[in-house]
Amino acid sequence: MELSRLPGFLLRRVLKSVAVILAIVVCNFLLIHAAPGDPATVMAGQSGAADPQYMEQLRRQFGLDQPLTTQLWIYLKGVLQLDLGFSHRQQAGVAGLIMDRLPATLLLTGAAFLIAISGGVAMGALAARRVGTWADSVITVIALAFYATPLFWVGLMLVLLFSVYLEWLPSFGMSDPSLNATGLALAWDVAQHLVLPAVTLGLFYLAVYARLTRATMLEVADQDFVKTARAKGVPEGRVLRAHVLRNALLPVITFAGIQAGQLVGGSILVETVFAWPGIGRLAFEALLARDYQVLMGVFFITSVMVVLFNLLTDLLYALIDPRVEVA
Amino acid sequence: MELLRRFARHPGAVVGAVTLLLVLAVALLAPVLFPGSPWDMAGAPFSPPGEDGMLLGSDSLGRDVAAGIAYGARVSLLVGAVSTAVSILIGVALGALAGYLGGVVDDAVMRFTEFFQTIPSFVLAILLVAIFTPSITSIVAAIAIVSWPPVARVVRAEFLSLRNREFVQAAEVLGKRPIAIVLTDILPNALSPIIVLASLNTASAILLESSLSFLGLGDPNLMSWGFLIGSGRSVIRLAWWMSVFPGIAIFVTVLALNLIGEGLSDAMNPRLRKRGAR
Repeated sequence: MELSRLPGFLLRRVLKSVAVILAIVVCNFLLIHAAPGDPATVMAGQSGAADPQYMEQLRRQFGLDQPLTTQLWIYLKGVLQLDLGFSHRQQAGVAGLIMDRLPATLLLTGAAFLIAISGGVAMGALAARRVGTWADSVITVIALAFYATPLFWVGLMLVLLFSVYLEWLPSFGMSDPSLNATGLALAWDVAQHLVLPAVTLGLFYLAVYARLTRATMLEVADQDFVKTARAKGVPEGRVLRAHVLRNALLPVITFAGIQAGQLVGGSILVETVFAWPGIGRLAFEALLARDYQVLMGVFFITSVMVVLFNLLTDLLYALIDPRVEVA
Repeated sequence: MELLRRFARHPGAVVGAVTLLLVLAVALLAPVLFPGSPWDMAGAPFSPPGEDGMLLGSDSLGRDVAAGIAYGARVSLLVGAVSTAVSILIGVALGALAGYLGGVVDDAVMRFTEFFQTIPSFVLAILLVAIFTPSITSIVAAIAIVSWPPVARVVRAEFLSLRNREFVQAAEVLGKRPIAIVLTDILPNALSPIIVLASLNTASAILLESSLSFLGLGDPNLMSWGFLIGSGRSVIRLAWWMSVFPGIAIFVTVLALNLIGEGLSDAMNPRLRKRGAR
């Protein structure tokens, strides 16, 4: 893309992202009101329902006796000031609770994403190169199998094998508090705790990316410029790496960007299995306590993360691939 | 018939179809195979597989794991089928509207679809089920709400390409009502990708249901595979069988549906069957 047209493109994409985020806030607002019972009960969570004073305060704060549009405005204003509500159960602001847990989730999803994309592209490329051989069949079957396995069950099976049976890796939490480790020792401890959850979360998407890489590589391999390269006498390995794989990678990256949201969703299951102290675990705890404010906060933050990630992918894509239309 | 023959040439698809029939049989025969409620104590708690007359062992409350799996199959298949039917209905309605009318309607519907594809669907499903209290209805509704967008996209694309074909124009010239054209002329021709998508969506709906019930968001009155795994999770160090067997049930069923979907896709689009490409 010509650089002079980039600002307009950027502006449009940012506006679109803002629209999506606003729609999510409205969505949360509507959910509070669509839920059975008094909106104040929903916001307080069932556990807080016994405290009439707090309910009265909520009613006043959110103007629950005023028309719906006024209430929406109050709610929107709150969210825009990064006030995601108050968890009566935890006696803390929802935004703070989430921010405390966010780094752990980013570490987990980031590691899982790296495992998925590098492993998936490598496996897909290998399968495409050896198409029709036993290596291709094995990779296809493995991908199909991971595609059909529930994430949380994979996690439990890995725990069974690597923690219970082989006793190689820890299966609980993010670090061992009894070690009192700091610095490098702490990093090593966290890395060990990270292996199983990151692999669990990564395996499913690894299967997805492997299938996609294989399919796009086979598609690209049929195109004329590849035949030309071969006809010119470019060595087969180079044709695959420099011509086929490089062109097959862009759709995979785009797809990965779109899938980012599912990765965050999957981390709820993985963090629950491994007691990983991120926002997924926070969501699960909120679920058990019926703490809806926290749950909605998690929904909001994960959606914002996805929107930001999509924006980043679009931008990278537009910079890398000159053919992308400024639409 | 031709379709069936092409489908049968796909070994994976046949294995998938037979497996699914077996799961269906177990689900239907659950009350015959395991008389009595799956929630009742059937033997000593923590019995390993094969002991106390229980093929797959018992859980921490002495409930028969095999009976739980058989009754769970009913819930999984039912939720998978109904939520997929609902999501197809929503997706076809919106996709047809966008593809047939085009213009502003198309724009609006596609923005709406994109929005649903952007937000993290699993988090939304959790939120919906939690707020509307877990029940079979809220679970089916939540799964349908998060899984219609791909259907809408596919249907829209089909409608866009079909609506300017001669036979559609002929029907328009003959004065056929638009709703009749959509239902009797265009939709039947767009059916094959919808059917493929339906089988793949059923597979992911079953996965989604198991994830929800694993987190404790299952219908409290119905035994389900995710619930079995969720309740066996805390004692996995003592009793592996409580979490292993229900997981295998999910795996086998979902894999069967995926294989059927691929077989259908190949059988319905023989032209697309390039070497190796899916």
